[in-house]
Amino acid sequence: MKGKIIVNEERCKGCDLCVAACPMHILELSPLNVNSKGYHFVVQKAPESCTGCTACAICCPDACITVYRER
Amino acid sequence: MNDTPMHYCPGCSHGVVHKLIAEVIEEMGMTDRTIGISPVGCAVFAYNYLDIDWVEAAHGRAPACASALKRLWPDRLVFTYQGDGDLACIGTGETIHALNRGEHITIIFINNAIYGMTGGQMAPTTLMGMKTSTCPYGRQSDLHGFPLKITELAAQLEGTAYVTRQTVHTVAAIRKAKKAIRKAFENSIHGQGSSLVEVVSTCSAGWKMTPRQANKWLEENMVPYYPLGDLKDTTQS
Ligand SMILES: Cc1ncc(C[n+]2csc(CCOP(=O)(O)OP(=O)(O)O)c2C)c(N)n1
Repeated sequence: MKGKIIVNEERCKGCDLCVAACPMHILELSPLNVNSKGYHFVVQKAPESCTGCTACAICCPDACITVYRER
Repeated sequence: MNDTPMHYCPGCSHGVVHKLIAEVIEEMGMTDRTIGISPVGCAVFAYNYLDIDWVEAAHGRAPACASALKRLWPDRLVFTYQGDGDLACIGTGETIHALNRGEHITIIFINNAIYGMTGGQMAPTTLMGMKTSTCPYGRQSDLHGFPLKITELAAQLEGTAYVTRQTVHTVAAIRKAKKAIRKAFENSIHGQGSSLVEVVSTCSAGWKMTPRQANKWLEENMVPYYPLGDLKDTTQS
């Protein structure tokens, strides 16, 4: 099963918890871009490896990650 | 849960617990019949984020407020959401007595070992040796007493039905915490007695750490002193 995540970049506070929780290690805080609050929001560096496990969404304190799974 | 961006600092455990409560209420189909009591502390604005009925109680008085509401509306799900400064310090009396009376309410207790909102002062739950803005040399027993294990106290009371301690620092722990909150809410709806769900939480801003370091610190320091698991469960068949 393949997954896809959509990050609400404006809501993300760059807390890094999803990056730590991702079992595939495919998330990172965007090195260059920031949102209007100045936070480095999270991006997928290897979207093709996402399994849709929802770990990132579960641990996100600000509910900014939506996970879709391919069936 | 609505779309209002939360005011919490990055990585704050409050957000995770808000999300769990919202999910449980929705899964139980209780959105229109739930009353939350928000505390004084960082979670004071909880009413901005969860679309249920809310009452904002004076500092520490949430369990008293919840007792009244539950007695007036026995068919409602009534819960309080309190920090350690609110529940275990200024509101210790209200907490212990509401639990001892066996009010059919749930208390969600966010234990981050400091006063987050006011700038990281020492709380009754602050660990020995832990540095805060009001004990810059670390907590000392002769000067400040010992960390208060309010959940262990609650487990001794006749009125409590379900007393548990959880955390939300890993995905597995979050799943477990959700189950605990669900169980506590079901107890209050079915009039089983009081339930207390302590969530050992991080306060990365107050602890002056990154959220990741805070999670690690929680696991290494908080969890050994505040052991996780169910302390009392009278509903088990
Ligand atoms: C009667 C009264 N005394 C003191 C205060 C100041 N005050 C506001 S929040 C707070 C402590 C909150 O800490 P806690 O309950 O641990 O919640 P957190 O902010 O850590 O989530 C205090 C002492 C107040 N608002 N009202």
